[in-house]
Amino acid sequence: MQIARVIGTVVATQKHHTFEGAKLLLVQPLALDDTPRGTPLLAVDSVGAGVTEKVLVVIEGRAAGEALGRKGAPVDAAVIGIIDSVDVQE
Amino acid sequence: MQLARVVGDIVVTRKDENLTGIKLMVLQPIAADGSNVGRTLVAVDAVGAGVGETVFFVRGKEASFPFHPTEVPTDAGIVGIVDHWDLES
Repeated sequence: MQIARVIGTVVATQKHHTFEGAKLLLVQPLALDDTPRGTPLLAVDSVGAGVTEKVLVVIEGRAAGEALGRKGAPVDAAVIGIIDSVDVQE
Repeated sequence: MQLARVVGDIVVTRKDENLTGIKLMVLQPIAADGSNVGRTLVAVDAVGAGVGETVFFVRGKEASFPFHPTEVPTDAGIVGIVDHWDLES
């Protein structure tokens, strides 16, 4: 899983039917110091996350499909949690 | 998934039989600001996208799910056409 910040939402009328009703979020993966890491990606939302929130994202097909709760959904990333805090001790 | 712009299509006559009838498009992944990012790739199309449109695509085995039960040999597939996207201001 990865830590990411929700930076936007995507609207698509024409899409695969398993996406009906699903919320699509643009998320920016973050390093532990909150700096952006890599390019933003699209994830389906399964927890009701909103823009600017810090979230936990799975970037793997099977896990994302299970989070969406629909069989055979062509997804590869999903928001599965809203992060309250990250505590790293080094 | 990732945002991309459809920049072309590909015609392949001799191919895996499970690709028969499936449209292959050339995609340029784009960043949230619409600028090009990364390398272009070829993806199967499950939603009827056209050249010039902004789409989102899925990577991996899941790209073949829309064609179930046909086991399409692909690692990328277009699964939605983007109307618009909004960024935090």
